[in-house]
Amino acid sequence: MVLISVVLLAVDHRSSRLDNSRSFLSILIYPIQLLVSLPVEMAEETYEMVVSYSDLKKQNKLLKQQQLINSIKLLKFEALENENIRLRGLLENSFKLGEQVLIAELLSVNLVPYEHVMVVNKGSRFGVHEKQSVLDANGIVGQVIRSLPLSSEVMLITDPNHAIPVQVNRNGLRTIAIGSGLLGRLNLPFLPNNADIVPGDLLVTSGLGGTFPQGYPVAVVDSFTAQPNKPFANIHATPKAKLDRLRELLLVWSDSTPVPLTSPVNESEQDDSE
Amino acid sequence: MTANNDNYSQRYFLSMIVAMSLNILPLTNIVKSLNPEWVLLVLIYWTMAVPERIGVFNAWLLGIVVDVLTGRILGMHGLIYALINYTCLKFHRRLRHYPIPQQTIFVFFCLLLSQVLVFWIENIQGITGLNWMFWLPVISGTLCWPFIFAGLRWFRLLGRFS
Repeated sequence: MVLISVVLLAVDHRSSRLDNSRSFLSILIYPIQLLVSLPVEMAEETYEMVVSYSDLKKQNKLLKQQQLINSIKLLKFEALENENIRLRGLLENSFKLGEQVLIAELLSVNLVPYEHVMVVNKGSRFGVHEKQSVLDANGIVGQVIRSLPLSSEVMLITDPNHAIPVQVNRNGLRTIAIGSGLLGRLNLPFLPNNADIVPGDLLVTSGLGGTFPQGYPVAVVDSFTAQPNKPFANIHATPKAKLDRLRELLLVWSDSTPVPLTSPVNESEQDDSE
Repeated sequence: MTANNDNYSQRYFLSMIVAMSLNILPLTNIVKSLNPEWVLLVLIYWTMAVPERIGVFNAWLLGIVVDVLTGRILGMHGLIYALINYTCLKFHRRLRHYPIPQQTIFVFFCLLLSQVLVFWIENIQGITGLNWMFWLPVISGTLCWPFIFAGLRWFRLLGRFS
């Protein structure tokens, strides 16, 4: 039995041959996960039912204002996008577009205490695949590490085993943000002491590595401590996404094949996934 | 006798499902790291109570299910549960006659063994960032054992004498 286990461990570590059996078992497991997250959902629903009329009205008003502001921003954005496409066309560059999203809901389960992995209720039946990036309304949340038929597991950017390529929005300085194991903090361990980065800087995804689409907000730098005796500075950042109070997430399909804007000449464009 | 056996397995499955649910309960940060390995504790109890029903293969299958449930590498919990089930089967005659404190010490070592194995396997996989909080479930699980023992004993014998 021990031998079988060790072989199984090795096989699962090295290859993806056991994915089928795992997804089969996960279907059996799914009811348990639903059962566990049921009370939380029920509590939330009852809370929603007892929210008073005036509160709803207030919220509605706020949302309407926000929508107005957003739609005005969008008006401008559309013009800018067109201009951008046109300019890139002039430069004979290709423009990446077409990001498709799917809303997934969180199942309130907690797999293991020392990892930041969440389970969401959309799986490979909806076309969710590994390495897909996950967002909420404020920024990047994480990436899918395993997609099962009915659910999938999402690793948060704050997991100690997660690293995300970022750049400073202000000046384009590129680095890597590594999870700290605490929900509200990312570390930027690879920047020298004289790097041009100050608290308050917004970090966005740089799109390097091909997992995350470019240009989404990730975190805000909140402390910069130079360490004169060491090669790298000590920098902390706070994730933009509200990782501890999420309910709904966006799964993003970033189309990895760039759309050629000039007339379809170059057919043999390299696929730049991975 | 068969009716009695069915009764056992029903109760076994029910308690296992409850234990699995407890294992993945969403909790706040501090309580989360205190959440013990419920499935393992319940497995130890049932192995002691009905050793002729719960074999090593049974425990191994259960471990595989837990692996899928918690998203671990397949076979990790299988290995651990099979090993612990084996030791429990070896010692079950003695364990049954131990007083509760002595049993608790045995359970402590089982949990410690399981957590050490988890630690090794995770480290072989190259997972970092395990701090001292990682070892808390061993202690909390040990503290829970007398209650689990009493509760499951009550549950197992429920309706037996009526």
